[in-house]
Amino acid sequence: MMYATRARQARPELFEDRPTIGERLGLARMDWVLAFAAFGLIGFSVFTLGQATTHDVPGSPDYYVERQAIYGIVGIVGMFIVSRIDYSRFRELRVGIYTFVCVSIALVFVFGFAALGSRRSFELPFFSFQPSELAKLLLVLALAGFVIDGARRSSPIRRTIRYLALGLAPAAMVFLQPDLGTSLVLVVGTLAVMYFGGVPWPHFAVIGGVMTVLIASVLVVAPDVGHPVLKEYQEQRLTSFLNPSSDPAGAGYQQDQSMVAIGAGQKTGRGNQATQTRLDFVPERSTDFIFAVIGERYGFMGAAFVLSLYALLIWRALRIVTLSKNRYGILIAGGIAVELLFQVFVNVGMCLGIMPITGIPLPMMSYGGSSVLATFLAIGVLQSINVQARLSRQGRFAW
Amino acid sequence: MYLRPEDRARPNRMALRIAVVGGVAVVLFAILFFRLWSLQILDGAENLAEAKNNRTRSTKIVAPRGKILTRNGEVLVDNRTSLALQVDTSKLPEDEAAKNAELRELGALVNMKLPRVLERIEEEEGVVAAGAPITVRNDVGYQLIYYIEEHPGKFPGVTVEKVFVRNYPNENEAAQVLGHTGEVSEEELEKGPYKGFEPGEVVGKEGLEASYDSVLRGTPGISRYQVNALGEPTPGGNLTTTPPVPGKSLKLTINPAVQRAGEQALSERGAGAFVSMNIHTGEILGIGSDPTYDPAVWTKTMSQKEYESLAGEEGGEPLFNRAVEAAWPTGSTYKLMTALAGLENDYVTGSTVVDDNGYIELAGQKFENSEGAVNGPISLTHAFEVSSDVYFYKLGARMWNNNDLQNWSHKMGIGDPTGIDIPTGESAEGLVPSRQWRDQLFEEELTERPWSQGDDVQLAVGQGDLQTNPLQMAIAYATLGNGGTVVTPHLGMEVLDPAGRVLREIDPGPRRHVDIKPESRQLIMEGLHLATSGPGGTATSVFNEFPIEIAGKTGTAERAGHAYNMSWFISLAPYPNPNVVTVVVVEEGGFGAESAAPANKQILEAYFHNTLKKENEEETKETEESYEGEVGSGEEAAVEEEGYEEVPYVEEGAEGTGEGG
Repeated sequence: MMYATRARQARPELFEDRPTIGERLGLARMDWVLAFAAFGLIGFSVFTLGQATTHDVPGSPDYYVERQAIYGIVGIVGMFIVSRIDYSRFRELRVGIYTFVCVSIALVFVFGFAALGSRRSFELPFFSFQPSELAKLLLVLALAGFVIDGARRSSPIRRTIRYLALGLAPAAMVFLQPDLGTSLVLVVGTLAVMYFGGVPWPHFAVIGGVMTVLIASVLVVAPDVGHPVLKEYQEQRLTSFLNPSSDPAGAGYQQDQSMVAIGAGQKTGRGNQATQTRLDFVPERSTDFIFAVIGERYGFMGAAFVLSLYALLIWRALRIVTLSKNRYGILIAGGIAVELLFQVFVNVGMCLGIMPITGIPLPMMSYGGSSVLATFLAIGVLQSINVQARLSRQGRFAW
Repeated sequence: MYLRPEDRARPNRMALRIAVVGGVAVVLFAILFFRLWSLQILDGAENLAEAKNNRTRSTKIVAPRGKILTRNGEVLVDNRTSLALQVDTSKLPEDEAAKNAELRELGALVNMKLPRVLERIEEEEGVVAAGAPITVRNDVGYQLIYYIEEHPGKFPGVTVEKVFVRNYPNENEAAQVLGHTGEVSEEELEKGPYKGFEPGEVVGKEGLEASYDSVLRGTPGISRYQVNALGEPTPGGNLTTTPPVPGKSLKLTINPAVQRAGEQALSERGAGAFVSMNIHTGEILGIGSDPTYDPAVWTKTMSQKEYESLAGEEGGEPLFNRAVEAAWPTGSTYKLMTALAGLENDYVTGSTVVDDNGYIELAGQKFENSEGAVNGPISLTHAFEVSSDVYFYKLGARMWNNNDLQNWSHKMGIGDPTGIDIPTGESAEGLVPSRQWRDQLFEEELTERPWSQGDDVQLAVGQGDLQTNPLQMAIAYATLGNGGTVVTPHLGMEVLDPAGRVLREIDPGPRRHVDIKPESRQLIMEGLHLATSGPGGTATSVFNEFPIEIAGKTGTAERAGHAYNMSWFISLAPYPNPNVVTVVVVEEGGFGAESAAPANKQILEAYFHNTLKKENEEETKETEESYEGEVGSGEEAAVEEEGYEEVPYVEEGAEGTGEGG
């Protein structure tokens, strides 16, 4: 800024075409519908936490609100910063990014902080950082780079196996933390990148078949022969959804309570009369089951509003896929869009009782710094693709 | 821009794949919307009914508060269980007649008439936070539980709960500093340390119960169990139980012997206060205010009238903690501040001689010594000994035009918050009158005259507009006694877990250091010593028989509107290297030496109990068995008085020598 001031005094005419701050930040080329959908979601999240969690931490009624608001603000700033970066840089950095993903997840095993019996995060001075959340974005960025890099180098089958191996390695580590939900998101992200990367349909058919066999053997065969792969509670959650109410204190019962909570919200919600989510009938109400809180407190109007924001978000993300100036942009936008769609569907579906309990947070709604931050960074990448697409159409290069 | 072929988007194949994902997204959202609509709109009414009639209940399991102990572990406050008859007003019948019928029948069970029950509910509604059940009566019998449970539909909204209430084995001992507990109020939920608590939670309201609430308060447990449609627990329906965590205990610095002696001394002499404090650490060994009361009244259902008798002036305001919140003049005990200001600012030295002819005259106003005494030419130490007002009048008069006396008063902790670890009212800060203060009032026309020389003359002897309290004076004397460290007075010593292990030691550390010339301290200490031992000493008659040398000062404060003078005595003991400062004030005690000094002596006797006993025994021993020379000296023992148990020291020694010989 100092430099600019001096220069203007000396040669004012050179700066007639000086870009405004808005142009410099690329604000005009951002997808504002996407941005506002995201702002709306984090805003609604803070609002809901503010009303529903006043008694959760005795003595500090604003515990969740304050923290979630700070995560949101940091996330939004991060989004703006990332939107200014040309995403193609990430392609060059793919090996580094991939290594970081694997190492950070592996380090959790060594230094991690165990919460509720599972090691997922590092305790940092201000919050606990969960590398697997960031991995959802970073794996897509790296894998998309590998896909483009490896195009036409070897046979399609070998390529497919290579992508699968690259994607499933971190997913497997996350699964062992154990964190079934996030590892599923990583698998879906991997498949999405492969899908947009042009992996032939028959390969997906084979992958689908193998997965079906695997799931069946994990759930049915492995326990029968005495080598269970899933932790008992994981299996319970997955299967109890097929047979709810079997154990009143167990996972299926909790899901039952979530459905009752949402249903009881009816058209306009119960507001502060929301007993289901206030009196501990529904577990994890600030994180995984926050949609049940919204459903009970604000009814169909509130829940449908939130779902609409997500629909808007996914639509804009898919639209950015079609706008991208190059294949790398298509692959990462597609990967992010599918991951978001998967998370929203599985989480909301879980609260509504049509999907099993897997412990996937609702992006930007669930309380949690790593998840909020990672999602906003992913949206920042989408914005970057949008900005670059508009720039290239105008025949101008990035900064 | 050039794109390599493999880098270029391939529109046709890609369009299909994007369209497929878009289609899947539409289908998935359609499923979610449909499911949401089906749950909330189609089955909404059923779900709402289910939610209202939910089959699980959770109840709180109350956690006992921690104990409060003296420094040697004696219990000052613990808990006892009580059965409380509680009414949840939101669940009472809405129909007025039906409600009154229920409450009348309920009242009959506990010997209360309907108007009394209604009055009780109304009183409590004003105090406890909305939504909390109202305690109609405490300490009801067990049979009431059975009766109410046997008639389920008859008393909706009525429960008998097992609660913990505070128990005070020593009744009114240290009542004002202990404080009391109560249900969190509506305002406390809005702001302050109890913001966002659950209505009905029991928290510390006053005193140590409030300031150490986070230590003492336990965490309630939660029990979740299944109930049937009538709301009764089903057998074996316990789902989860989170056990309650009892509160931590608080060990105080209070020395029970000193505390008891102080309270006894006051109760013999009428309203007043005392403080006894370690001058090096700020540990309060005893603190009390008379009249006092039994805090157990807070555990019963208290009526408005009972409360007024505790807080009102008619009963002597037993709730009022005079030791830390009183706003009193100090009389001659304030001369310490005047002497320090004079010595440190070089108005006088130890050899300065002032002629005390019994009075001074300023602007036509005559300030006299008490009882018209004429002391003749005197030096500072002598002025302390005989408590010459004229000496200090003259000193005050010389300082009237600057703030020297006020500055030194504040340096020594007068007129400022003390930092003690109990909540105190505004009056606890006190007031050192100054030119700026009075001139400000005069400007605002709240007083009829500006600052004058007479104001400083009055302040020099602790009269006039001075407002302070025993604790501030204790701090000031301690600061002199220890050579300049302004200590933080505190009552909390250790936080203990329920099993009695020390979790944390409480040591707030000194507040600041004041530079006092060793000569100044020496001179004043000498003067104070003479006051209790010199031939003309104002308190010599009280302390001449006392085996331990002390430094001390009498004070006789006049108060407008009070027939009798206020009696002060402050001691630093032992002389010349004191450990403990003791302040006693008897509100209508007359001369300092008349009531406060003997009371002070009673406290010192308790404090030096072990040493005194030893000296006595030593004396008898010296006469009986003169060869027993190696018994520890009394002075050494005085320094470490707390470490000694009441062990018969001499007998032990005798046994040892017996075996050896």
